[in-house]
Formats: sequence, C-alpha cells, structure tokens
Amino acid sequence: MPINITMPALSPTMEEGNLAKWLVKEGDQVSSGDVIAEIETDKATMEVEAVDEGTVGKIVVPEGTEGVKVNELIAVLLEDGEDAGSIDTSAGSAAQAPAAAEVPAAAASTAAPATPAPAGPAPVAADGARIFASPLARRLAKLNSLDLKALSGTGPHGRIVKRDIETAIAAGTGKAAPAAEAPKAAFAPAPATGPSADQVLKLFDEDSYELVPHDGMRKTIAKRLTESKQTIPHFYVSVDVELDALLSLRAQLNGAAATDKEGKPAYKLSVNDMTIKALALALRDVPNANVSWTDENMVMHKHADVGVAVSIPGGLITPIIRAAEEKPLSVISNQMKDLGKRAKERKLKPEEYQGGTTAVSNMGMMGVKDFSAVVNPPHATILAVGAGEKRPVVKNDALAVATVMTVTLSTDHRCVDGALGAELLAAFKGYIENPMSMLV
Amino acid sequence: MADTNYDVIIIGSGPGGYVTAIRAAQLGLKTAIVEREHMGGICLNWGCIPTKALLRSAEIYHYMQHAKDYGLSAEKISFDPAAVVKRSRGVSGQLNAGIGFLMKKNKVDVIWGEGKVSKAGEVTVSKTSKKAMEPQHPVPKGTKGEGVYKAKHIIVATGARPRVIPGIEPDGKDIWTYFEAMVPPAMPKSLIVMGSGAIGIEFASFYKTMGADVTVIEMMPTIMPVEDPEISALAKKQMEKQGLKFLLEAKVSQVKKVANGVTATVETKDGKKQDLTADKLISAVGVVGNIENLGLEELGVKTDRGCVVIDGYGRTSVPGIYAIGDVAGPPMLAHKAEHEGVICVEKIAGKDVHAMDKSMIPGCTYCHPQVASVGLTEPKAKEAGYDIKVGRFPFIGNGKAIALGEPEGLVKTIFDAKTGQLLGAHMVGTEVTELIQGYVVAMNLETTEEDLMHTVFPHPTLSEMMKESVLDAYGRALNM
Repeated sequence: MPINITMPALSPTMEEGNLAKWLVKEGDQVSSGDVIAEIETDKATMEVEAVDEGTVGKIVVPEGTEGVKVNELIAVLLEDGEDAGSIDTSAGSAAQAPAAAEVPAAAASTAAPATPAPAGPAPVAADGARIFASPLARRLAKLNSLDLKALSGTGPHGRIVKRDIETAIAAGTGKAAPAAEAPKAAFAPAPATGPSADQVLKLFDEDSYELVPHDGMRKTIAKRLTESKQTIPHFYVSVDVELDALLSLRAQLNGAAATDKEGKPAYKLSVNDMTIKALALALRDVPNANVSWTDENMVMHKHADVGVAVSIPGGLITPIIRAAEEKPLSVISNQMKDLGKRAKERKLKPEEYQGGTTAVSNMGMMGVKDFSAVVNPPHATILAVGAGEKRPVVKNDALAVATVMTVTLSTDHRCVDGALGAELLAAFKGYIENPMSMLV
Repeated sequence: MADTNYDVIIIGSGPGGYVTAIRAAQLGLKTAIVEREHMGGICLNWGCIPTKALLRSAEIYHYMQHAKDYGLSAEKISFDPAAVVKRSRGVSGQLNAGIGFLMKKNKVDVIWGEGKVSKAGEVTVSKTSKKAMEPQHPVPKGTKGEGVYKAKHIIVATGARPRVIPGIEPDGKDIWTYFEAMVPPAMPKSLIVMGSGAIGIEFASFYKTMGADVTVIEMMPTIMPVEDPEISALAKKQMEKQGLKFLLEAKVSQVKKVANGVTATVETKDGKKQDLTADKLISAVGVVGNIENLGLEELGVKTDRGCVVIDGYGRTSVPGIYAIGDVAGPPMLAHKAEHEGVICVEKIAGKDVHAMDKSMIPGCTYCHPQVASVGLTEPKAKEAGYDIKVGRFPFIGNGKAIALGEPEGLVKTIFDAKTGQLLGAHMVGTEVTELIQGYVVAMNLETTEEDLMHTVFPHPTLSEMMKESVLDAYGRALNM
C-alpha cells in the first residue's frame, strides 16, 4: 500500500501552512528521519521528516503552495516493489481531508515530526467562518455546552450532525471553553475593518506600484497587533536610566570570560542581555506586574519569561528566554545568540516563540532615542529600549556627562495600573544603575 | 466465448435490485442482474405501481359519482372492469420496459433465469422453475442465459411473496393474493379482506369504491397497525362512512368453499364465532422473504425468521454475499430496498458511506383517505422515554382542502420537548402521500421546530397544514 504523507500539524493550534520547499523529488529514495520538506507557518519554517521508508511516488502539493490545510495529502510514498501506478487515484484528490472516522489510520502515516492533529479538535473553521452543523446538532451542542468548533462532522461535506454530538458526549470531548461562551463575546467588539483593497489601490496609478502578497508572518503581525490595539487599553511610562556603571561592569565581565582553544570567549554580554536580566529581576521583585489578563482571572506568573523582539527579513519574531530571572547573564547571552540566529533563518520551534510574560524591544542599535511598543498578548507589559548616548545630566547641582538611555514601558491597563508600572520601572532602573545587584 | 466475470451480480431486478445495479454501474463496477420472471419485480409488475393505477381509476370513479358536489353532472356512470385492469397492466408494462432500457443504458447485463449462489463468488443461473404469474410482459432483448457466472460481490435482492396461512391457502380462484386481486376477471359483489396492512387496506378501498361489499378482518385492535393509533382511528372512521366494515381483534380460523364463493369462520377476541360469506377472499396477511433455493443455507449465510441477516451495509455473515430489500427484513418497502442497495454498492466501491438508518423511512398507504407517516408514533415516542410535544392540524382548517372538497383529515407532528427534534409525523387525508416527503427531508436534515416555523410554505396548499401542525405543537397554530 502506498503511504500517504499529509500536512503535519506543527503545533496544536495550527490549521494550515505553506509548503515552502520540497527537499526531495519524485523517484527519490527516503528513509525514516530524512528531511523531505519545509513547511512555513505563520511564524516559523519547520522541517518535515519522513517517518517511513520508501520512494517518493508522487508530490501532490507543489512547493510554494500557500494555505495547505493540516492533514491534507501532500505526497505519496511507495514501498518496495510498488510503482507509481499503484497510487490510488482517489488519493490524488488532495483537497479531501481524511474522514474523521479514518483519522487514526491517516495520522499513523503522517510524516510529521510533531504530534499529528488530534481527531477531536479538527480545524473546522477559521475565525468567523461558518461551521456547518444541522439545527438539531447546534441545539444539542448548546444544551450540552459543546463547542462546535472543536468537533468534526461526519455528515455530507463534513456537516456536524446529531451522531457527532452524541459521539462527542460519549467521548467527553468538545467541551466549550468558558471563554468561548457566547455572552463573553460582548467584551470583544467586532474589530473595525479598514478600507478595502480596491479602495486603497484606486488612490494610486496602476503602474506606480507592485503588489507583494502577504506571507504568514505578515498576516499574523497584522492580526495580532490590530487585535492588541483594539482590545488592550495601553498606557505608557518612560524613564531615563544611566548606563555608565553597567557598561563598565560589562567590560569587566567580558574581559574575564574564559576562552577556548581557538581563543573564542565563553560569552560576550551585550547591553541587551543585561536589559533582559534587569527586567526579569524587576518582575520578580514586583510580581503583581508579571501577569496576564483573562476575562475571569488574573494570571499570576511564577517566572519572568522574557520575549525579545528580533527583527528578521519580512517581519519580526519574539523568541523567549524562559525564567530569565533565574538564569546567569552568560546563559541568557548565549541563548539569545542562538535564538536570534535561528529566528533569522525562520527555524524557531513554536514553543520557542509562543507564550512569555513580558517582552523587550530594543531599537537602540538603530539610534532611536525613545519609542513606545505595542503590547503583545498574553503579555501585560513590553519595554521599549532606546539608544544609550552621552547626555548632559545634572549631578550634585552641576552639569555632568553620563551615558543615558530612555526606556518606555507599555502596559495593559486592565491588569497593570499606572503606579504598578512606575514601580516596575523603578525596580528596573535600580538594577541597570546598580548592575552588581544583578550578579548576586 | 461470452464474458462471465463481473464485479457485482445482483439476483432479482425489483426496485432494490435494479437501482442497485444502476448505482453499481455508475460507480464503474462491471454489473449483471439476474431475473427469472419480470423486470422491476413485484413493485412494478404486481405491487406498488399497478395498484396505484387501479386506485386512480377508483378515485376518478368516486369523483364522477360525486360530480354534483362540484356543480357538475354525470349520468349513467359505469365502468368496464377489463378496461380498468388493462390500463393498470399497461402502466406496469411501460415501466417494465423502462427497466430493460435503463439496464441497457447503464451497460448492466441482464441474465434471464433463476440465480443460485453455487459457491462464494459464483452464481449459477438455470431455467426458471417457478410458474410465471400471467399476464407476463415480454423478456427484454439481448439477455444472457443459463450458465455459471463469477462475481466478487453477489447481492441477493430476491424480494418477498405473500405469506400463506396454513388451511387458508390461496387457490387463485376464490381465495386471492394480491396477484389475483390485481387482475379481477369481474368485480366481486362481496369481498372479505384478511389483514389491514397497506396491501389489504388498499384493495379493500379499491373494491369498496368499485361497489363491492367489503369486510376487513384484522387481528390487532387498530387497522394499519404500524400507524399512529389516532391516525388509523380517523382513517377507519372515514372508511366506515363509505360503508367499509371492520372486524378488529379477530381472526379467520377457517375458510370453506361454497357455491359462488367462500364462507370464512371468524373468531373474535371474546371467543365468539361468526360465519361470513362472500364472493372472494383476499389473503393479505403480510409477506415473507424469498430466501429459498438460493444456496444461502449451504454457504452458511445466517437467516432469521425468513429473512437474511445483514449489517447496516447489506453484508451477510459470509464475505462477498450481500442482501438488500424485502429478503433482508422489514420494513418491506421498495424505497427502503433502493436505499439499502445504494449503500451496499457504495460500500463495496469503497465510498465513505453511512450505514442504513431505518428510523426515517416513510410509509405511504393509498387507501381513501390516504395515510402517510415517518418516524415514531405517539405511543412509540413515549415508550422510548421522550418527553414529547404533539401538534395537530385538521384539514377543515385549511383553505385548499376545503376548496378541493376534501375537508377531512389530520396532520400530526411529534417533537422531543427537550431538543425540538422532529420525532415523527403522521397524516391522514387527501394527497398526504405526496406531502410526507417534506417532513422526511426535515428529519434527515435534523431540523428543529424552529427551522420549520421559519420556513415559508406556499399558499394556498395542503402543505400549509404541515407548518400549522408544527406551530400547534408549540401552542402557536394560527388557523384554528
């Protein structure tokens, strides 16, 4: 039997991805573990490994195809002694996702390094798209507090029918998350839509521009930041911090780094690494600011997971230093180098950029004096860091010169109020201006 | 050397068999169908269709008799029994020939003779041993003949035949089955009908309209026992008004031939016996599956009470052998057979298909007044533990029914109070057999009362009663 290779789910929430590149062609031999394709999701590019051995019989979805649904057939692998003629023609109809009842079989042959999509929460509908369900199924779902989005239908064209609800009740799946309940929708007014593409384009001469289609990352940035600005009441607190002590300590520490045989130091701290550590420690000291908002609860985080905005071609991504308050500067520094490098190659794994409790956005290296950043939920805060520059300052009633940088904290006012934001910044300033305290 | 290898061979060309053959051919399966007597089976030749033709004649005769009610006059109204029968046979013949055409169009080979599953994957066709019921329609041209044929999948669709009560064996002269009742040489003046199921009650209605004195004997306490008791009681009341007589909870214990007819001894529940004499007696006490002489027993195919045991996809206990339709058990209805057959071949062809759901198969009886239903009756719904809401709307509240001069009848709907699921619909009255499909579609699409209430029904039609009945179940009926 030819083995179907289907679009893997690289994360539990992934609904579709772009087939960026095939690394094999029809007729190539592959063995288990070989990288056969690259899949681009909203934020990352990931490699797909073969789980079976065989010959690539047919590539169903060509590279460069966007919006390939999870579990859609992308290629067919032939086992020993099979020829391409044994590929079932019905397997060629790529759009057909395996029926729910047959998911276990299909999942077994999914060439996914990550966990295949569970049969339960099938990607039925994107945001706002209509979910096809019979009137009786809809009513039964409501009576039993089931979320139709979490169910897959076995009726005509995947319509959710009574037996699917009964199956879900029996299996205990598809329970509606409290946040998904209808009344809560009142908290999230429908986002206003901007001008349409036509409205925009008719303002320009036709030959005066080129159209570049959005990739997954661009769409995600647009969606998330629009959501953030529309649903999160932002406010901003700025403060100047002096860097001279920090720069001096950094020079000492870097000078003291052990070197390996090739003379390469074990670490090379940057101002940014120290900023990450300082913010993490400040959040440890002011735990009420290390939170996330949900409609029901304040999520009090036990660690400061600091996301660091990394600019990459075509957008940005925010890899996360987990529990940064506990990590030595050398560890933060080396981890940041690795994450930054892989971010630029779009090789981060979803767990390396999803989540986090706060974020740092540093534009100092580009000479920016100060700016304010957009909170990236579930974070409640984000610290915008400007350039360190020599500025005149008043010390002991006399003018003096100091290296100063301006930082601006944006906060989600629903969970971090003004005074709390000020308290957090004061703690941050303390660590930066007395950097030895970061080492103890 | 003719090719004798097929993907699918179907034994029996009744409504189940021939539809299955067409679907199989559509799915690209090489298909043959074996028939020993008449293309289209009982349904087209001796059942559903020719009786509808007879009943149409009766209906028009009835209207002619009541022309005055409509401001018309008709005098010297009479009929020619031979012409009525001839029309019925003509309708049957037209459709019978149509099946031959459909087989040819779909490249389904017709093998003429009696099929037997000689072993798994093999059907042996021999000369028909059964004496054919006359008159016969011609055998289609270009059929294959006796021989051994091979097929990966063999579908038994041999249908059913009238049940015979020992001691009351039909003789074709005075004791009839539906075969003889369909082609009466003359209209009987008096008639006893044993059994008030669809077949019995349709013939009772036909002969009553044509002027016979008809008595129906039923063992159960209601006529048309599978129907909702409220509906069958209403139907009975109307038929009694027409002069039909009913003996309920009664059974025929003995039938004696007498000069010019038969005398039936009828025993009622209280143990009383009475003798009824009539020109003819129709035995309509149900049908039994044709499971014999097919080789099924030898191959170990499981049967139960005269029917082949199958799963929801027509599969028997022996791989490669399937059964559909009447031979595979109740409800013994043509439309159930068709659907069972389609599911069966689609499964064979590897389609993603759901098993047969028997809970939404409608039933239609073409007596006067007509009866149609789908789903659970009121007592069955209660028995199943549902907390129900029942809606009723009478024909007298419907403008179209009054205009038609047919103000008697009822549309009854049964809902699950908790979920609004339509559990059943039951109707008695003019043209209800054409109305029931609305509820069948609604049930299959899993609509609730809400969707039915939001649906706009055309005015003026009888179908408006269907909406009114739904509204009534929720205390919102408008026109009563």
